[in-house]
Amino acid sequence: MDEVLEVMSDIQFNHEQTAHCESGVISNIFRHYGLHISEPMAFGIGAGIFFGHLPFVKVNGVPGTTYRVVPGAIFKRVCKRLGVKMESQTFSSPEKGMEALDRVLETGRPVGLLSSVYYLPYFPPAYRFHFNAHNLVAFGKDGDNYRISDPIMETVTEIDPKSLAEARFAKGFPAPKGKMYYPVEVPKKVSFEQPIREGIKQACSDMLNIPLPFFGVKGMRFLAKRLKHYPEKVGDRKAVLYLGNIIRMQEEIGTGGAGFRFMYAAFLQEAAGILKREELSALSAELTKIGDTWRNFAFNAGRVCKSRSVNNVSYTELSEMLMQCAAEEEVLFRKLSKVKL
Amino acid sequence: MKKEEVPQDGNNMHEGTFKQLFYATDNAGQYVPVTSVGWEPENVAMQQAWEEINERVEKARAQVVAGEVSPIVYYMEKTIMDLPLLASYVGKFQWQVKRHMKPAVFNKLSDKMLYKYAAAFKISVQELKNIK
Repeated sequence: MDEVLEVMSDIQFNHEQTAHCESGVISNIFRHYGLHISEPMAFGIGAGIFFGHLPFVKVNGVPGTTYRVVPGAIFKRVCKRLGVKMESQTFSSPEKGMEALDRVLETGRPVGLLSSVYYLPYFPPAYRFHFNAHNLVAFGKDGDNYRISDPIMETVTEIDPKSLAEARFAKGFPAPKGKMYYPVEVPKKVSFEQPIREGIKQACSDMLNIPLPFFGVKGMRFLAKRLKHYPEKVGDRKAVLYLGNIIRMQEEIGTGGAGFRFMYAAFLQEAAGILKREELSALSAELTKIGDTWRNFAFNAGRVCKSRSVNNVSYTELSEMLMQCAAEEEVLFRKLSKVKL
Repeated sequence: MKKEEVPQDGNNMHEGTFKQLFYATDNAGQYVPVTSVGWEPENVAMQQAWEEINERVEKARAQVVAGEVSPIVYYMEKTIMDLPLLASYVGKFQWQVKRHMKPAVFNKLSDKMLYKYAAAFKISVQELKNIK
């Protein structure tokens, strides 16, 4: 009996490791349905590149910084722009959520799941914080265990039902509530041209035009100004913690900030080929340089963290580097918004 | 970032089991995926975050032993939770959880409530009452 069930729910899933969970799940799930889209292309069409600094949203007492759009937005935009219809559900109880997952897996569909990394046993322990917006794909069962394609892992893996239920129904903000999603209608042939144009337009607008100081290039300057005064405002000890968090948000898996700059540059390069616009290639190269500026910032911030020597000169220098990043990105996105696509 | 510049600063935090993927440019300027075992600044920041957590855990342990706070504080720090998160796991208001952090109040908690905390921390009620 067990054997029969196993065969029934055993589907082939072509797992590819990606840099970021959300764009990675899109790329991997769509490929399963014959729609080939690279991770950078998904990221670009979904206008994933962003910046935000929200000092009043604190995680464990440390102000939040993000280098990408709010979780789920990339997915929503890509589906809308490519005409993919998704079924998406949340659940009131783990029992219902696991039951529903089993039903969909039995039909042979891979299912995207929102989860907390804290409860994923296959994650390296050092990364297991209460981060609730991780995406992964379940594509079958092996006995009671679920077969998992986690986009940031090198290979497919398995997870026991108890851990998966805990990860899907973690509490906190945002609570995943067992969210699961799977395509119900995937067009066999899509044209990327219009979706690329829309994605670029939205990214430029998000980076340049949001009339609040926290977002886009304004947000970078906002953070730069605050960073400069960390030592005198919050004290040496906290200043180092705050700085460490900026680096972690910039470089850690699933959130890599400089990484997002390189990914968007890879998108622009691919877009240049599809739309036959040489300008986009040139902008891709420029953004690659900006990504390097970000890495330089992280490198120096890391040194300040490591030495723990708090002198105001180092914070002032870091602040200037961030201002530099903001200036360069502003120029880039202004140029990008003017390219005739 | 060029392919050759993708950092390979390994440390024990990845435990040798995990490589991240990056996009970097090859000699012709074309973007290609490259894996990395880690990067020094990230490792430093990560280590620092864990040191901070460990310090808080140790501080909480000392406070529990001294009878200043209930074991809930220790286990909350140990599971990297904060007050709002813990409150939502046990289904209580934050001020109620705060009360439960007083040893006198903790000692009078019902078995049902103790079980809720134990479940949130993934330990037994026995372990909850007696920290190691």
